[in-house]
Amino acid sequence: MARELLKGNVAFAEAAIRAGCEAYFGYPITPQTEALEHMAKRMPELGRAFVQAESEVAAINMVYGAATAGARVMSSSSSPGVSLMMEGLSYIAGSRVPVVLVDIMRGGPGLGNIAPAQSDYNQMVKGGPHGDARMIVLAPATVQELIDLTVEAFDLAERYRCITVVLADGSLGQMMEPAELPPMREPRPAAERAAWALTGAAGRDPHAITSIYLDPEEEEAYNQQLQASYRHIEQDEVRFVEEHMADARIAVVAFGTSGRLSLTAIETARAEGIRVGLIRPVTLYPFPVARLRRLAEEVDAVLVVEMNAGQMLHDVRAATEGHVPVAFFGRTGGVVPMPEEVLDAIRDLHLQLALEEAVA
Amino acid sequence: MSVDAVVPAVAPVVSYPRSLTPVPTHYCPGCTHGIAHRLVAEVIDELGVQDITIGVASVGCSVFAYNYFALDFAQAPHGRAPALATGLKRVSPGKLVFTYQGDGDLASIGAAEILHAAARGENITVIFINNAIYGMTGGQMAPTTLPGQRTTSSPLGRDVRTQGHPLRMSELLAQVDGAAYVARRSLHDVVNIRRAKKAIRKAFEVQQQGLGFAMVELLSSCPTNWGLTAQQSLDWIRDTMVPAFPLGDFKVPGDAPEAGGSRGPSAAKAGVSTAAGNGRAPKGGR
Repeated sequence: MARELLKGNVAFAEAAIRAGCEAYFGYPITPQTEALEHMAKRMPELGRAFVQAESEVAAINMVYGAATAGARVMSSSSSPGVSLMMEGLSYIAGSRVPVVLVDIMRGGPGLGNIAPAQSDYNQMVKGGPHGDARMIVLAPATVQELIDLTVEAFDLAERYRCITVVLADGSLGQMMEPAELPPMREPRPAAERAAWALTGAAGRDPHAITSIYLDPEEEEAYNQQLQASYRHIEQDEVRFVEEHMADARIAVVAFGTSGRLSLTAIETARAEGIRVGLIRPVTLYPFPVARLRRLAEEVDAVLVVEMNAGQMLHDVRAATEGHVPVAFFGRTGGVVPMPEEVLDAIRDLHLQLALEEAVA
Repeated sequence: MSVDAVVPAVAPVVSYPRSLTPVPTHYCPGCTHGIAHRLVAEVIDELGVQDITIGVASVGCSVFAYNYFALDFAQAPHGRAPALATGLKRVSPGKLVFTYQGDGDLASIGAAEILHAAARGENITVIFINNAIYGMTGGQMAPTTLPGQRTTSSPLGRDVRTQGHPLRMSELLAQVDGAAYVARRSLHDVVNIRRAKKAIRKAFEVQQQGLGFAMVELLSSCPTNWGLTAQQSLDWIRDTMVPAFPLGDFKVPGDAPEAGGSRGPSAAKAGVSTAAGNGRAPKGGR
């Protein structure tokens, strides 16, 4: 496949199609609507299912229904729409069917605006759905990564029978940049759907897919199964990207678009002689806890950069356990920080460290 | 002399439908859920579709329906069964998909999902249990609770000035072009139970034929939360619910959508009880 100029929203929709996605259910919301529009055109022409639902509430439950049938299925939305999906996501997590959801985050809270933000971090990473449910959360920083992680999201969701969220922001959904789409993978034939799927109880005992366990002991046993699968995920699926960390005395930790623009700031700072590097978590759940814990031995300070008021910040502080100072720079409400602002934050931190050293 | 010699072998008059699991249900004595379950199971058996039928249970007393039907089953969030059924059916076009929902589920919290499933002409079958009350949570006012009816959340009787009016879902959904078959039946006596079974069969056949959305509303009893005996409950359906929720076919396949209502060719069949029908004559039925 050749590299072509692709818009983020169209790119992840087409990537999902090529990953063998059999059904898409969604509801229009800026800044992700181009994905729904792409699906509206492409899915029917490929003989696959597309429904513009009456709401995000209905859309996620259509996703749930198709997932119980063992089909590869997804939805996409943006922050306020994702809030409406929380009920369905909890049932999906509670009944362990694989589902992919792309959240193209926008400014909030409330109706907010349609500008890029990262303020759904807590909602998606810390649960969102009621109950002790987790979702794998992948954070792309480029259109290429958005494509690749969308494809991988289906495999992860099926491997762990869980929800995998691709958490990007409005700038990634709207931007065009060169990227390469994967080759077309045909959907899995209906006859090869998972053994647990609802296919009609022909020649076997009936299956029930449910999330109700009235007996607390039974519910706890089920929760323990869920937690065991989360431990597997935490052990095997952590992904992050490191840049310039070999000699760094300051580590910037930032995900998605924040990570991308922080890298620009980091490279300018390094040209100024500041030894600064980047750790960009690609999986927000599972969070790269072990990698961040080692930072205390490597750097003098950590700077967390986010397009929110400091949400991942708390996970970085928890991972570093107070062994290294953690500073924060963020913009909120849909404001994308300029690399110069991050550069200033790096310079300030560098200066502060130099002063402390001089005093000592 | 052995017992066999005295009692001649007789084939049982009634057997368990294959599509029902032979286990006791958790439903209260006198509740008509058991009858509704059996009718659905008998229809599935008679159509020979047990192996390709997938049910969607809702939230309410029938949340455990999957324990009683010997069928593949999903369990939906409150009100969302038509959306789940949509997803299931769209990726399983060769299967028969039905939802089993109560009045709080279908007409209150799930009003949007049922309306739009009908509007899309979603090729599913809906079994709608209307007992004019929330059963599982203990007898609160439902969207189908009648004016003046006492419930735990309308203790002085439903006051329409502050608590609104009951919804007639069959009449409402019959207005929707995507609905192919919409009928209301009652489970209060044998004659009506037999009519209910025919309607349920029709609702599955409509799906088999790919004609679109099909729903059968079943007027049902809730002796526990109505505070009546089983027999009084059946009488209450007959005397109080049927006049408020007239029985009949409100939409049958082939009805052409037209201005001013959904009356079509079958309107001539008439002969329907319309005591409180607000002038709208549902079609067919009794």
